Amino acid sequence: MVDVVRGAGGLVPAAEVEDVELYHPKSWLTKYVFCQDAKVIAIQYSLTATAIGLVALVLSWLMRLQLAFPGYFSFIQAENYYQFITMHGMIMVIYLLTALFLGGFGNYLIPLMVGARDMVFPYVNMLSYWIYLLAVLVLVSSFFVPGGPTGAGWTLYPPQAILSGTPGRDWGIIVMLVSLILFIIGFTMGGLNYVVTVLQGRARGMTLMRLPLTVWGIFTATVMALLAFPALFVGAVMMLFDRLLGTSFFMPSLVELGQRSQYGGGSPILWQHLFWFFGHPEVYIVALPAFGIVSDLISTHARKNIFGYRMMVWAIVGIGALSFVVWAHHMYVSGMNPNFGFFFATTTLIIAIPTALKVYNWVLTLWRGDIHLTVPMLFALAFIVTFVNGGLTGLFLGNVVVDVPLSGTMFVVAHFHMVMGVAPILVVFGGIYHWYPKVTGRMLDDTLGRLHFWVTFLGAYAIFFPMHYLGLQGVPRRYYELGQTAFIPPSVATLNVFITVAALIVGAAQMVFLFNLVRSLSHGKEAGGNPWNATTLEWQTPQTPPAHGNWGKELPVVYRWAYDYSVPGADRDFVPQNQPAIVRSA
Amino acid sequence: MMDRAASSTLGDARARPPGWRGVADDWSSDQRAFKNVSWGKVMMWIFLLSDTFIFSCFLLSYMTVRMSTTAPWPNPSEVFALEIGGKPIPLILIAIMTFILISSSGTMAMAVNFGYRRERRTTALLMLATAAFGASFVGMQAFEWTKLIGEGVRPWGNPWGAYQFGSSFFMITGFHGTHVTIGVIFLLIMAHKVWRGDFDRERRGFFTSRKGHYEIVEITGLYWHFVDLVWVFIFAFFYLW
Ligand code: HEM
Ligand SMILES: [Cu+2]
Repeated sequence: MVDVVRGAGGLVPAAEVEDVELYHPKSWLTKYVFCQDAKVIAIQYSLTATAIGLVALVLSWLMRLQLAFPGYFSFIQAENYYQFITMHGMIMVIYLLTALFLGGFGNYLIPLMVGARDMVFPYVNMLSYWIYLLAVLVLVSSFFVPGGPTGAGWTLYPPQAILSGTPGRDWGIIVMLVSLILFIIGFTMGGLNYVVTVLQGRARGMTLMRLPLTVWGIFTATVMALLAFPALFVGAVMMLFDRLLGTSFFMPSLVELGQRSQYGGGSPILWQHLFWFFGHPEVYIVALPAFGIVSDLISTHARKNIFGYRMMVWAIVGIGALSFVVWAHHMYVSGMNPNFGFFFATTTLIIAIPTALKVYNWVLTLWRGDIHLTVPMLFALAFIVTFVNGGLTGLFLGNVVVDVPLSGTMFVVAHFHMVMGVAPILVVFGGIYHWYPKVTGRMLDDTLGRLHFWVTFLGAYAIFFPMHYLGLQGVPRRYYELGQTAFIPPSVATLNVFITVAALIVGAAQMVFLFNLVRSLSHGKEAGGNPWNATTLEWQTPQTPPAHGNWGKELPVVYRWAYDYSVPGADRDFVPQNQPAIVRSA
Repeated sequence: MMDRAASSTLGDARARPPGWRGVADDWSSDQRAFKNVSWGKVMMWIFLLSDTFIFSCFLLSYMTVRMSTTAPWPNPSEVFALEIGGKPIPLILIAIMTFILISSSGTMAMAVNFGYRRERRTTALLMLATAAFGASFVGMQAFEWTKLIGEGVRPWGNPWGAYQFGSSFFMITGFHGTHVTIGVIFLLIMAHKVWRGDFDRERRGFFTSRKGHYEIVEITGLYWHFVDLVWVFIFAFFYLW
């Protein structure tokens, strides 16, 4: 039973959880390096993810250069191209986006938004980062091992992933698998923290149905990751054994370089099932945090409550649950039982319902709002457009008959870049422009921000829109060069040059963004505690940037949901979550 | 124009709308979703859920390769038999191992009970007993491995048929054995702390600088029972199928 005490602004439930004791750093090392403060860990995560993300960005330039000007660059051979693809894909999806959304945004925002002092187990949280860093370093080392990184494609399909003939077969693949295993271990440590903090560590008055949608998105994504990564973990262990011990989990009997290999009896499809049981939820692991963050950006910058909050929460949870039963839509052409195709096409299309619902709710939130076209808002709007775009092509690919001719073409590349590449990255940017003032106390430069936005947004369309067309022309993905392929019209070559130029320009815009990040640290406008007049708790901290422990002496008490914008009768157009009930005269 | 979520202020935190809405409100209630369950315990439960997925994937993969391989699968009753008194007795070793592990769950449960009664020495001794059971389980597993390796079973092949027999056997029992070993080490550390009276004096942890409580015995117990339960499935799917 909950005891209710009378507080200043009405009835406040008694505290159910003891206030935590913070870890007090004993030395310089435990203060700045092995720090247990979730906010510092968040920054460490973000910087590491950005650094490795830049590697993936550079790899994408190299790939684009090769596709536009095949044969010009002697250092890009066919093997290198495969290695670039593989590392680019894997880094972008796992080491950049997953780490940035959950380890970066999650660590920073969860404790602040739920009104906690820190994550529940800060020590474990700290270990999570250091294991992640180790995973990244191991991954990077694969560029330096003999034979270079693996070129198996980011899906690492066996048997080719571990057969001779695939680049990086000697070392690269081993290093990649080890790095993935480390990543999963590190992530699990952090993930458990995020989940328990949301479930059990909230401030007084903070019910789950008052959480900002950002927290709902990150929370659900973390739960999904904790259930999806096991499949990748198991797959990685088994492939490592296939490669190192000569077991045959994934390896059928086959002839390698004219000789019968030592393998036999394994199931290559098994890997595909394990991989995609992880891989599809992974799409939503990066999408759900983006959904959540976008909802908050839109509501804040349109000065309006989010439309259909409860529906939004259920949609997030529903999408999370459904995304565990759609994985085989990636395997329509794999030779699995065709009846599966029917089942998985159906579930895939069903997922469109809650997703569309979210889009409608965003639009209805904007409807007649007081829209401020700030940089975060621009990114949020761009996300909606891009996500709808990628979602629509997803409906095409979800149908077996449409997917069969399109899979393996540039159409697929266009689709997934729109939906899980560009769209979440736009939200990452939006989120950074939005919360940078809280993290550093200073605003990012607005003009540079707008420049960055327009080049990135329009540029992304210049890159990926034509790829749909290329795909319909039959241009295959993962091809190092097209050569004299009869069915491909010459216009494809022209388009490829256009795409590459766009990609390089977009890349340059990211340098502007990095410059902005660094310069604004010292030169940005002072932000104050709540520059966007937002309602959520992280903007109500006593100090900006928030100190260790977030709240000073007293933990905040929450009196309302996160979306009290433009409440009729209130004296300001926003009411912070920790402001007691407004007394209205009858 | 306000959503219900907005207007349902703290008025009375006990008030709940009827029907499913009330169920949802209960689960999403103030501060904690699971009332009176500590952070550590929730964290262990969620970890175990994640670990369940790992073991499920291992077992499902084992079943898949057992079906995908065309070579015959060795007969477990013969492979896992011990020669006792000149006669092969099927599954005898594994029966003893299973019995030991299940018994260890009993001593663990008693340890938890005595922990909450703050009977420090009894608790520590019961934890040591649990650890001893666990260690002997791992020991017997090592014996079984040695025997099979002696008979020519390798991860990449064996004298009787499908390669996948040895691969899955070593991988799955090895992964489970690792879990047991970690459990034993953890039990020993915790038994030491209980014996020293850390939880009576709320001594702070070396790394975390958090106060220790007897609850950690229960959390260790959760893990231990889980590892036992997983063994039952491995036993059923690997040795009885
Ligand atoms: C500047 C932005 C980007 C450019 C120019 C770019 C370009 C490319 C190119 C050229 C390919 C190879 C296409 C092929 O030959 O099959 C590719 C593959 C891929 N990209 Fe990107 N990309 C970008 C951003 C991203 C982002 C943000 C993600 C995050 C999800 C991402 C994920 C992937 C994946 C998963 C693959 C597939 C790798 C494979 O086939 O194994 N990319 N990208
Ligand atoms: Cu999918």
